[in-house]
Amino acid sequence: MEPPVREKPRLVPALIDAALAAGLAFLLFCLVLGVRTVDGVRGLTLEPRPVLLAVVVGIVFIGRLALNLFWWDRDWRFPKLPFTGRSEKATGARAAGDIYRIGLILIGLAAVFPLLGLVLNNVFGANLPLLYLIDLSILVLTYVMLGWGLNIVVGLAGLLDLGYVAFYAVGAYTFGILATTFGWSFWMCLPLAGILAAFWGIILGFPVLRLRGDYLAIVTLAFGEIIRVVLQNWTELTGGPNGISNIPEPTFFGLEFAFRGDNTFHQFFGLPYDPVYGSIWLYYIIFMLALITNVVTLRLRRLPIGRAWEALREDEIACRSLGINTTLTKLSAFATGALFGGFAGSFFAARQSFISPESFTFIESAIILSIVVLGGMGSQLGVAIAAVVMIGGFEALRHTDSLQLIFGAGFDPTLYRMLFFGLAMVAIMVWRPRGLVSTRQPSVTLHKDAGAISGDLVSEGRG
Amino acid sequence: MSAAPAEMPVLRVEHLTMRFGGLVAVDDVSFEVRRGEITALIGPNGAGKTTVFNCITGFYKPSEGMITLTQTNGRRYLLERLDDHVINAKAGVARTFQNIRLFPGMTVLENLMVAQHQMLTKGPARALGSLIGLSAYRRAEQNAVDLAASWLERVGLTARADQAAGDLPYGDQRRLEIARAMCTRPELLCLDEPAAGLNARESDELNGLLRSICAEENTAILLIEHDMSVVMQISDHVVVLDHGSVIADGPPSKVQNDEHVIAAYLGVPDEEVEAVEKEVGG
Repeated sequence: MEPPVREKPRLVPALIDAALAAGLAFLLFCLVLGVRTVDGVRGLTLEPRPVLLAVVVGIVFIGRLALNLFWWDRDWRFPKLPFTGRSEKATGARAAGDIYRIGLILIGLAAVFPLLGLVLNNVFGANLPLLYLIDLSILVLTYVMLGWGLNIVVGLAGLLDLGYVAFYAVGAYTFGILATTFGWSFWMCLPLAGILAAFWGIILGFPVLRLRGDYLAIVTLAFGEIIRVVLQNWTELTGGPNGISNIPEPTFFGLEFAFRGDNTFHQFFGLPYDPVYGSIWLYYIIFMLALITNVVTLRLRRLPIGRAWEALREDEIACRSLGINTTLTKLSAFATGALFGGFAGSFFAARQSFISPESFTFIESAIILSIVVLGGMGSQLGVAIAAVVMIGGFEALRHTDSLQLIFGAGFDPTLYRMLFFGLAMVAIMVWRPRGLVSTRQPSVTLHKDAGAISGDLVSEGRG
Repeated sequence: MSAAPAEMPVLRVEHLTMRFGGLVAVDDVSFEVRRGEITALIGPNGAGKTTVFNCITGFYKPSEGMITLTQTNGRRYLLERLDDHVINAKAGVARTFQNIRLFPGMTVLENLMVAQHQMLTKGPARALGSLIGLSAYRRAEQNAVDLAASWLERVGLTARADQAAGDLPYGDQRRLEIARAMCTRPELLCLDEPAAGLNARESDELNGLLRSICAEENTAILLIEHDMSVVMQISDHVVVLDHGSVIADGPPSKVQNDEHVIAAYLGVPDEEVEAVEKEVGG
């Protein structure tokens, strides 16, 4: 059914009104923003800034026009995004297939991307900034992995964990300390780091998991801070604020990626030295680690323990009435999430080759949590997309010149990251309150054509 | 053990008392639930019925008293000493809730699968085997799906198996909650107002379902109910609570005509009140 015919928005009066507003804005801003006093050699001089002025006036014009045409119209609603246009329930089955397909395509792209870049650069003579791109992808993938790890705790089990970075730190310091003290290799330390982080997850879990909701969030927040403060002050072990440096990079089956040495990668394969090889290797390590996180999570979801996590999120009391030990279930969720946090942490230490408590502040926990919330709690694809946008997006913004043109040279969008996080949160809350991908896939079905479950029914968990 | 297990009541509640601070919600309550019977726990609002339920299922720790559950195989459990999840997992007591507590974001089938968590995770071998997909686990899971499917058939929800439980109409949710409790294979099923909010036809279907559970499964039923037609039709045994104490205990026909019960529900006749007032007033 078409909605009843509405009066057409009156374009000409709207345009006139917008032009008036723009003119007013010009008068207001031409002196405030349009010129700037510069303390130069010859005393104070005026520097005109026509572009900024034009942009501000343009924003006022377009904004006023939009308000005229859409907002002050009584029937107006927030415009539906193309992705949200379809009813979730009706297209559940299709959406399930879509998500699966999109996921596979993204994984395929991520798998070939560095090699493709290498071929493009070396064979076809393209001049991609490959080292930078791969380093950025490594950063993004680290956050994807952390997001997936936290997704187990927050998205599946419904436990709000504000101190996830603590496990990341435990993993990083485990590898850092073991590698610099005993000279153990990355591959030996990786499982150890995960296990230790999981162990800390359980240590934290025992006293904390009888708390619920806000109280749990506060205690996990405090736990994250405790770990950081201990790292900062236990100077004999952790180096205190100086951190740990000279952490070795992971080797390629014993081959190092150094420029010179006895056993280097480029000499062994007879290639010219290029630092990008080391980065590509790191890229594939984090890619595999993230993929393992994803596969294990998807597998666990279909097992009794994963279903118990989700049931716990839905209704804890009903869980207990069905014979599920909620304490053990919560602990297992905490430990599994921490395990992957530990893996990611030890990778982080290996990549940076330097760690200090600075890297494990609360803001990291907040970023990881916001990635999970923005992506859609419990959705693997949503979390991955959110990580790419939130981490990769800002790095991309740094290199677009248009923003510097508007806001003046020296404008660094990454400094406004938190602002953008906030804006993104607000936008998500308005358009997709359950995150980018809010539908839930059933873990087991009786009929073939089963669809996804609308996010409106899925609860966020209270503990 | 002197008595043969079959003659032992499934549940024996003795001198159960539950205090919340100064409030005595349940005061020295004793009754029995016999195997193969439907026992109804009735009483006016605030009589302490749900408190008795919460004590039996471990959600409250009783202040005093003993609750003994005897399984078919003769094993006995003292429920007042067990944690709530152990009461379901080991002792075999399942319950439903007055305000339905399904997992609304999970499908109907998943709800029933969660209920079989114990069976699917028994033993560390099975728990580890599940992760790598050993055949023993796959068989166990197939059995669980089959059991769930058979219960869906019985409560008439097969067509809705893959829908979210929160999407079901109210009557279906009530039946699903009973099916979910039954999927834990309980010895005793405790239903907290199963007929609340059902229309006459649904209520009739429910009676049939409860009767068939009682006849075909090895499960005794203890239910709280306000709908007297349900209570009188299906229960073999009625326990009446008022102000936390048992005021009547017996078959429905006897309880129906008990003057204490009538007084508790309807109040006492005016002449009696006048008589008492005369005595008090002197």
